[in-house]
Amino acid sequence: MRVLVRPKAGILDPQGQAVERALPALGFEGVGNVHVGRLIELDVADLAQLPAMCEKLLANPLIEDYEIVEA
Amino acid sequence: MRFGVLRFPGTCDEVDAQLACERVGEAVILWHGDRDLQGVDAIVVPGGFSYGDYLRVGAIARFAPIMESVVQFAREGGPVLGICNGFQVLCEAGLLPGALLPNRTLRFVCRQVDLVVEHADTIFTNACERGERLSIPAKHTTGCWYAPPALHEQVEANGQVLLRYAPGESFNGSLADVAGVRNEAGNVFGLMPHPEHAVDPLTGSTDGLKLFESIANHVGAHVG
Amino acid sequence: MSADALAPHRALGLTDAEYELIVAKLGREPNAVELSMFSLMWSEHCAYKHSKKLLGQLPTEGPYLLLGPGENAGAVDVGDGLAIAFKVESHNHPSAVEPFQGAATGVGGILRDVFAVGARPIAVLDSLRFGELDSARSRYLLEHAVGGIGHYGNSIGVPTIGGELYFEGPYEQNCLVNAMALGLAEHDRLIRSAAAGPGNVLFLFGALTGRDGIGGASVLASAELGEADADKRPTVQIGDPFAEKKLMECSLELLDRELLVSLQDLGAAGLTSSSSEMASKGGLGLDIHVDRVPLREPGMEPFEIMVSESQERMLCVVEPARVNEVLAVCAKWETTATAIGEVTDSGRLRVLSGGDVVGDMPVEALVDDCPLYDLAPEKSSARIYPAPRRRLDSNDPGDALPALLGSWNLADRRPVFEQYDCLVQSRTVRRPDDADAAVLLLPESDGARPAIAVSIDGSGRRVACDPYRGTVEAVLECAANLACVGAEPLGLTNCLNFGNPEKPHIAWQLSESVRGLADACRALEVPVVGGNVSLYNEGPDGPIYPTPVVGMVGRLPDAARAGRLGFAAEGDAIAFAGPFTPSLPGGELAKLRGEALPDGLPEVDVVAVRRAQEAIRAAVRRGELRSAHDVAEGGLAVALAECCLAGGHGAQVDFRGAGTEGEQLLETLFGEGPGGFVLSGPRPVLAALARETQLTFVGEVAGPDDDLAFTLDSGTVLSWPLAELRAARERGLADSFG
Repeated sequence: MRVLVRPKAGILDPQGQAVERALPALGFEGVGNVHVGRLIELDVADLAQLPAMCEKLLANPLIEDYEIVEA
Repeated sequence: MRFGVLRFPGTCDEVDAQLACERVGEAVILWHGDRDLQGVDAIVVPGGFSYGDYLRVGAIARFAPIMESVVQFAREGGPVLGICNGFQVLCEAGLLPGALLPNRTLRFVCRQVDLVVEHADTIFTNACERGERLSIPAKHTTGCWYAPPALHEQVEANGQVLLRYAPGESFNGSLADVAGVRNEAGNVFGLMPHPEHAVDPLTGSTDGLKLFESIANHVGAHVG
Repeated sequence: MSADALAPHRALGLTDAEYELIVAKLGREPNAVELSMFSLMWSEHCAYKHSKKLLGQLPTEGPYLLLGPGENAGAVDVGDGLAIAFKVESHNHPSAVEPFQGAATGVGGILRDVFAVGARPIAVLDSLRFGELDSARSRYLLEHAVGGIGHYGNSIGVPTIGGELYFEGPYEQNCLVNAMALGLAEHDRLIRSAAAGPGNVLFLFGALTGRDGIGGASVLASAELGEADADKRPTVQIGDPFAEKKLMECSLELLDRELLVSLQDLGAAGLTSSSSEMASKGGLGLDIHVDRVPLREPGMEPFEIMVSESQERMLCVVEPARVNEVLAVCAKWETTATAIGEVTDSGRLRVLSGGDVVGDMPVEALVDDCPLYDLAPEKSSARIYPAPRRRLDSNDPGDALPALLGSWNLADRRPVFEQYDCLVQSRTVRRPDDADAAVLLLPESDGARPAIAVSIDGSGRRVACDPYRGTVEAVLECAANLACVGAEPLGLTNCLNFGNPEKPHIAWQLSESVRGLADACRALEVPVVGGNVSLYNEGPDGPIYPTPVVGMVGRLPDAARAGRLGFAAEGDAIAFAGPFTPSLPGGELAKLRGEALPDGLPEVDVVAVRRAQEAIRAAVRRGELRSAHDVAEGGLAVALAECCLAGGHGAQVDFRGAGTEGEQLLETLFGEGPGGFVLSGPRPVLAALARETQLTFVGEVAGPDDDLAFTLDSGTVLSWPLAELRAARERGLADSFG
């Protein structure tokens, strides 16, 4: 399984901003709304536990949203 | 009085914190894997890179066995001071409001900064005066304090912001220049700057000593 | 079929003659495992085959010396039963390929060398040289190398307290990243690396072994970087400072509990060099079972395991009775530890896999029998280095001072050093920019607070002008920086960064530089405790400037009296001290004016310079001087400006007698050379110094917002508002860190 963790909408995302500034400087136009998050890949025996893992450790619900995706 | 200074794998400033505490009392290092707080009167969660800052700063340290005892100690009203990485751990543990995000500039910065004391009638600032400026070094990559608007409003309304960066002094972009916040009950306090690096005239300012003196004053007044 | 396909030894960097010698030593042809091990041990990086004979000239004895060259790090006595272990090493080629990881692992490697002798690392300094900053590549290397050093040093809790940074065209293709580390230990805790006790167990502990850096030593460090070096990316090591922090605490606890017979870190050439050196120093042998080595990647071959440069690993020798205790300490620090072999008395290094012997070599052959080569030095009459690009068109000194202060070699380094934690461990008495050297507290002693001072100083362009005198100057500058904080030099480490020594002109540079280093050390009575050589720093555009880098450690008895460089009190007298003879050729102003390098530098009166250093050191120790600053790049005018900006005070300085325009005035203001100091303090105190060294009163410290003003002949005054000089100085590097 894959867990995608991204900064909550509206939170200051300096990494996203830095990437958004850097791309045009390299000649890539038309880029916007860049956000930088984290990917966690894992094998889980009990899929039902995954949301709790996300809430408790893998993401910080105050500042991050997470999405569970099949690998 | 006795301070207990935590040590996780990757902690760097625990000996510095211990030296600072020893200027006002006694201090022991508490290993992350133990649950025994050894009867200390106050806990310091020091700076560094616990667990390599892996996953998120402070995210793994908050689950250490010693932290279970620290959470209990805090629930019972014991004073807990979190410095830099310690502040991050306490936020992850839910003992302090908000979270720390990467510095606005995305770079590590080590710089002496001026802080303003917002409230002096607390466990951690009673040796200071309201409005006093403290010169204390800050050194971190992830020190931008953030809380969602409703929580921030609540924190400000309750007077939980004890230290703010003086105007123009912050390099991390903290919301409302917040440098240090306490919990609602007032016994847990976290700040990004390092007071333990401002206690010896030979190495810089001694303004940081006031925070340790404040804790010792509080413990002395309540034990005696 | 290419010749290399027929001769694998050539692909690994060995000559035909070297190969034949190996065959003779083994009594047969080497197999693949043995050949790869020999190719590394006999590479330039490991065997110093082109430099070892020269390095024999360096003085290695001294009254404070505890550990000399040959151990993981050298060490000097700092009193009260304490020692400072220190060393400098290069990581040039890896940093040119991947600057963040190259610089980071350079720091990691030098830290391991220091705790491998039993000393807790207490400081890091770095010496960096890149091409000019109008090159995107140089800006990229600068940003990422600084990031890597900060990342590693900060994470592991060792403060980075000093360094130097230069930008010159010849480093464009071959940057220099030299990292220095210091550690503190009690004398009787210093441990050596010689394997001892046949029957003892060989332990590998730390990170898992992967394919990092395979072939790194022979492929990268012993050959010039060509255009295809993007292919070398897979051989760069990746560092993990969290792993090293645990490894360091684990090692220090093992030593504290006296559980180890000997300790060695794994660096270039991995298990191969560490194990053979341990065996060689002990005059013994080692059996290594590669199938017991814990791996990060499946299916690694024996030769890969022996040459892997995976970071954050150490080797130690343990008595069988103490093995369980060792495992317990390693478990506490979450550090993998595995018994991978035994010490034997065979005098041979044997590599075993699943019970089969897959390599069997005499230790002596690997470590001691690499042929050493004489250099064939010959000075070239041709111009080796192009003139620097002209960047200053005006000859007006009023323009020259801000231009120099804003130039990349002199500009404010705050954007760099603020990325480093300089405070952790609570020892830092003088932070970067406070004084000419960093100062760190030693433990309290009988109510006194002694301290150590450390500076790292190299020279490239001036050594290119005159390898002998340029190197002497570099050593003198390092000692001068220590004198300005009140420290007596105890020992020196050096890194010699040069081009291809098989070329006669480079051989001449190297020979002359080592001769200068030896003579300067002898004249100052400072022994060399250890160091490093990095050769083959050449690209398609030519060689780097010959660049010896010197790191010196000194001691001062009272930290409270450590010197500072800034003017601090209005009304203080300002004096120039020392046998200083300013000269423009080869200096920073000449560089900005695009002048070709001169052939030769003026002679230096080392005895007089030493006398001046000692007089200033003594005055600083007596607490008599308000400030002391060594005159270096940009000469007197730049030094004065630096004193004003550091202290936040203007100054009035008398430069009458030097004319009001022309080369004579420029030479007086901006000429360079060793032996010059700018001092400030109460006038009678400075007057007393005149009995011990040349001293001239030149002016007075002014108020906090006053200008820096020079009085010239005919009442002409040259002046600058401090704000203008500060702005110029801060602009220099600001753009490079966005």
